[in-house]
Amino acid sequence: MTLNQQRKLKTLITGLFAWFIALLLFFPIFWMFLTSFKTELQAISVPPSLFFEPTLDNFKVVQERSDYLLHAMNSVVTSFGSTIIALIIAVPAAYSMAFFPSKRTKDILLWMLSTKMLPAVGVLVPIYILFRNNGLLDSRLGLIIIFTLMNLPIIIWMLFSYFKDLPKEILEAARMDGASPWGEVVKVVLPLSVGGIASTALLSIILCWNEAFWSLNLTASNAAPLTAMIASYSSPEGLFWAKLSAASTLACAPIVIFGWFCQKQLVQGLTFGAVK
Amino acid sequence: MKRSITRLLMAPSVIMLLVWMIVPLSMTIYFSTIRYNLLYPGQNNFVGLMNYEFFITDPGFITAVANTLILLISALSITVVLGVMLSALIDKPFFGRSIVRVLLISPFFIMPTVNALIWKNMMMNPVYGIFAWISQSLGLQPIDWLGTYPLMSVIIMVSWQWLPFAILVFVTALQSQDTEQKEAAQMDGATGWHIFRYLTIPHLARPIAVVVMIETIFLLAVFAEIFVTTGGGPGYASTNLAYLIYNQALLQYDVGVASAGGLFAVLLANIVAFFLIRAVGKNLTV
Repeated sequence: MTLNQQRKLKTLITGLFAWFIALLLFFPIFWMFLTSFKTELQAISVPPSLFFEPTLDNFKVVQERSDYLLHAMNSVVTSFGSTIIALIIAVPAAYSMAFFPSKRTKDILLWMLSTKMLPAVGVLVPIYILFRNNGLLDSRLGLIIIFTLMNLPIIIWMLFSYFKDLPKEILEAARMDGASPWGEVVKVVLPLSVGGIASTALLSIILCWNEAFWSLNLTASNAAPLTAMIASYSSPEGLFWAKLSAASTLACAPIVIFGWFCQKQLVQGLTFGAVK
Repeated sequence: MKRSITRLLMAPSVIMLLVWMIVPLSMTIYFSTIRYNLLYPGQNNFVGLMNYEFFITDPGFITAVANTLILLISALSITVVLGVMLSALIDKPFFGRSIVRVLLISPFFIMPTVNALIWKNMMMNPVYGIFAWISQSLGLQPIDWLGTYPLMSVIIMVSWQWLPFAILVFVTALQSQDTEQKEAAQMDGATGWHIFRYLTIPHLARPIAVVVMIETIFLLAVFAEIFVTTGGGPGYASTNLAYLIYNQALLQYDVGVASAGGLFAVLLANIVAFFLIRAVGKNLTV
């Protein structure tokens, strides 16, 4: 075998292996998607049926029984709402820490991160009681408040690691040209960090969309997002796999497709500045 | 820029996080020292440390702490070790690489409740599940995963969710590795293993620190996967601290004991965070 052939063979083996792993990890999602088009009988057939006549009945039943559109709207409003609010609060803080660091900046960042380490369950009871007394239980506003606070540390940290990597020379040049601090932010910093802010927003939206602890404990029917709607299928409707799959597919499809389009941007951001 | 302006820019974040941390935490501390059961309103007298005693002597307490740590350490090891190995293997050009990336990251987007229900029903069901079918095809006895190995089942679900995250962070990191350095090492006769051990692993130190940090935050708080699958059972076999406290507060209405438990969760998280920051902190850029 020549060296060239050897290299080709190596590429082929790597490729096959990578595809195998990817398909293996993706299989449960594929199977959920497939099952959502089956009848209940086909869904539990052994051996599993791969070829069948697809039906859309399950999706209709899901919308009728659990009002998918209401829950989807709750998910959209809470995820996007809290992400926008959190960004508005976090951008100035991250900017100030990245460009004008003091001796205590590192401590403040670590402290912020440590509030994220505080287990939600440790404060579940007081939050539940505060929410009950202020009429925030089962409301979108309540969830938006919680999601904003919950993701704020991660958002600040991620933005900070982006801002820190911006070339300082450009900022200095802008200052030489007489840009005001405000002009510096709007005309230089923000345009340069659009990518960073976008992937931070993406991560925040995904974390909110998939958040389950607070959603399950603080909402009932009015404000329940999709995570909570799905939990109601755990029993006894969970026995109906085709309908369960249809509900799951409907709950995940928006965020999965959204994520596919943005995955490159997102993965870059997930390294939190650890990759140069 | 003036010091006062930089402070002003940080103020909203700092104040909100401070309030978010202090108000509920002090309420938890207060509740943990009084009798407070939602079923018996109006009997909120001071009881000292009784709630703590009650929580620690709960038959599920030791199991729950152990389960929390087992879950954390297993899922971290699985995702980091497999993540490093798989990312090193696929860090070469091959056909359809962008599609593979998209497939790989997908489990990260699936919500925990859906994750748990897919695995519980379609994968792990002992009669109709895919695993049962594979076992039968191989002539083996199907395993009742959630009944026999409840904690391991939860670990599998959680690892499935976080492995893609680890792989993709590591692949991104490997792409920035210096290829010239690798080639030079090859010229000098270094084996693949040596390159992996002495060039790749050190290069991955910081990404590993980030992955461990982020995953720990989420793994200590695993809740939905247990809530919709095993309900913490059978017995306390798959109950972690988060679930035990939830059980105490919202199913038995005992706010006092649940608050005492909540403080234990905070304490445990702090101990883990202390070791974690010492172990990986030097690799984090702040």
